Amino acid sequence: MAMSRDEILQQVQEVLVDALGVDDDEVTIEATLMGDLGAESIDFLDIVFRLEKRFGIKIPREELFPAESLMTDSELIHNGKLTEKGLAELRKRMPHTDLTEFEKDPDINKMADLFTVNAIVNYVENKLSAA
Amino acid sequence: MPRRNMRWIWIDKFTEFDSGKRAVALKNVTLAEEHLHDHFPGFPVMPECLMIEAMAQTAGILVGEAAKFQEKVILAKIKKAVFFDYVKPGDTLLLEANIESFAPEAASTSGKITRTDRLIAEIDLMFSHIDQNLAGKEFPAENFVFGSGTSVFESLLRDVLPETIERSEPV
Repeated sequence: MAMSRDEILQQVQEVLVDALGVDDDEVTIEATLMGDLGAESIDFLDIVFRLEKRFGIKIPREELFPAESLMTDSELIHNGKLTEKGLAELRKRMPHTDLTEFEKDPDINKMADLFTVNAIVNYVENKLSAA
Repeated sequence: MPRRNMRWIWIDKFTEFDSGKRAVALKNVTLAEEHLHDHFPGFPVMPECLMIEAMAQTAGILVGEAAKFQEKVILAKIKKAVFFDYVKPGDTLLLEANIESFAPEAASTSGKITRTDRLIAEIDLMFSHIDQNLAGKEFPAENFVFGSGTSVFESLLRDVLPETIERSEPV
């Protein structure tokens, strides 16, 4: 039986409460994982493992949180901002994330803000409907 | 100069070892451990952080063996650590670790510490394979966690994985 978006959100919230030790009222749909919820790099792997178990899906390396691999490529990043090519790459890798605000000023320091609760819910929703 | 790897051993031996899945280790707690005289004077109890260490070694070796000791396995996160009872000198602890998830860059484990069927602690951990992480930062080529040949920790596996010992014995 297909899960509704609300059900997915509720499960994602539970995963984040357990993985990050935050209160459930902090895990709003627009909360950012790093800025608002204090996630560090190892937490992203923890979250991936927990989502895989919770939803019975396989999440390939880099698919849900692909930013790190972009950071080291000088064609994709210039002067602390993503280039056109970098943005195109990011769009390709993060189809589950709304990038319109970020594209106005693609500062890599703001890339962390792209990882929101909403992005995870979108990702899981796509993944479940493709299954 | 020979390097010693993982020189601080905090468990006594493995009693069960199911490669890539589950391991059980044993630790005897003794008043010969000096820190127990200060923790606390007249009331020696095992510090909880050292129960986490014992579980980290049990689960860490389980995770290391799953990749044939080729990865540098580092404790990256204590996901959960809940304690239910004191541990005192003379106690024999059983540490049971299970691999929950395993990926090229990391692994997560769940674990229980018991003393004659009484639950002492639940400790869930995450380990990082550091060469696969941290955006290409370079670490020494030598495996400083599980070195070859001289590692003391392999004797821990003597009862459960005899082939590991044979491999490490000098020819």
